[in-house]
Amino acid sequence: MRTPLADKVVEIKPSGIRKFFDIVSEMPDAISLGVGEPDFDTPWHIRNEGIRALEAGKTFYTSNSGLKELKIEVCNYIERKQGVRYNPANEVLVTVGGSEAIDMGLRAMINPGDEVLIPQPSYVSYEPCAVLAGATPVVINLKAENEFRLTAAELREAITDKTKVLILPFPNNPTGAIMEKKDLEEIAEVIIEKDIFVMSDEIYSELTYKDEHVSIIAIPGMRERTIMINGFSKAYAMTGWRLGYACGPADIIAQMTKIHQFAIMCAPTTSQYAAVEALKNGDDDVKEMKESYNQRRRFLMHSFKKMGLECFEPFGAFYVFPCIKEFGMTSDEFATKFLETEKVAAVPGTAFGDSGEGFLRISYAYSMDTLRTAMERLERFVTKLRNGEI
Amino acid sequence: MEEQLLKIIEKNSRIDLKELSVILGVEEIDVVNKLAELEAKGTICGYHTLINWENTDLESISALIEVRVTPQSGQGFDNIAERIYKYPEVHAVYLISGGYDLLVSIEGKSLKEVAAFVSEKLSAIDSVLSTATHFVLKKYKDHGTVLSKRNSDKREVITP
Repeated sequence: MRTPLADKVVEIKPSGIRKFFDIVSEMPDAISLGVGEPDFDTPWHIRNEGIRALEAGKTFYTSNSGLKELKIEVCNYIERKQGVRYNPANEVLVTVGGSEAIDMGLRAMINPGDEVLIPQPSYVSYEPCAVLAGATPVVINLKAENEFRLTAAELREAITDKTKVLILPFPNNPTGAIMEKKDLEEIAEVIIEKDIFVMSDEIYSELTYKDEHVSIIAIPGMRERTIMINGFSKAYAMTGWRLGYACGPADIIAQMTKIHQFAIMCAPTTSQYAAVEALKNGDDDVKEMKESYNQRRRFLMHSFKKMGLECFEPFGAFYVFPCIKEFGMTSDEFATKFLETEKVAAVPGTAFGDSGEGFLRISYAYSMDTLRTAMERLERFVTKLRNGEI
Repeated sequence: MEEQLLKIIEKNSRIDLKELSVILGVEEIDVVNKLAELEAKGTICGYHTLINWENTDLESISALIEVRVTPQSGQGFDNIAERIYKYPEVHAVYLISGGYDLLVSIEGKSLKEVAAFVSEKLSAIDSVLSTATHFVLKKYKDHGTVLSKRNSDKREVITP
């Protein structure tokens, strides 16, 4: 019998994070610092709106691009945050999480052989989604000395005649890096000059600990060449509701909506009603969760400093990305040994691209008690390594 | 800093001072000074422990008592409230808007003990017109903490 499988799919490597979680699930007393989802429950008033929608019998499909009320709230929110106005009628698509928007966006923009620029370390889905869309992924290796920001020079160097789309993953998973206004202005110049498009994944936009997040759409000339992706998972602790959205020029959104309508129909109705409540009345919840993340972030940075572990100060998302190069091990070796000896799981930086070598992703979407214990164990571990006891 | 500091120690008054200063992003000495200031001002009134007595072998019962009183001229409710809150078994006394005047929270060893307090001590106060005692059957949440269940991490393994 011939193979029933598509080569393109078979050739995609499984996610590197998986391996670690499989080991952790076999160790009952292990502490995981690996999870990339908020540890908060969805705020009650938001859940209640979902319940109310069910009680009221709102159990039908919504229109393909999403509930009108939600699209209006999304546009109001973006205008409030970025001062940029989108038309809820044709410039917004409500998706099944930000993940779907990444997939739809690439599929809507890519012709076979187009190059997609992917700065790494970054979220693991961009590369496979680009490949499935028929693109050639081109990795830009971000550098620790730039605090893992994308520089104009790095961008310029990566662009060829075939470059079509730049993925802009900030605030960044796994490094916690952010791009500030001046950084964005510098790369915008190159983007406009070279006439390429941007897919800006801003799912962590509410979680910044310096100034408020600035989107590239706020830089003049960028709104018309950017698909901006965001969602409810990280800001409102709504991962399980599976809800995100994409905003962009009407012609791109129209094509994305076409794929979305044939593949998905529409995003979950209950979630959309809950999301309206989140955007209308969720600011205080976001503020409170953000303050809590920030306290944990300070605690981790202080712990690293105390144990002499090098780490640039990340101002976004809920990850820190300490450097473990001094121990002469690969990230994978370090993470494996750390898990074996101290029973703490952190994800090797290489799970997010080759340029993550020498780093470890530590999530602080965990209680202070968990983080405190984990840092005690990490300190003990690095001390043993430095003393040559392991 | 004040709001965050209060929120944190309201949840965990035993938190290490060093850690408190780290997570607030300020110097330890500033935390120490701020705490002293808030204690002196009476904003911080004490450092208590939240105990779920139902989890112990000790017998205990708590009740909420609605109290109707005649306010005294010139004193309002303050004088009566004080006469009530001076009893050590009284945990809390609130002046309430609505159908009655004072809400008294009391902890006793037994139903009998609470009943004795109401009939012999509370009702005996001249200005007290009437009382309605509600015994607490189960505490689900107290001081912002859910008592009935332990928090566990509900997140499942997922990649990416």
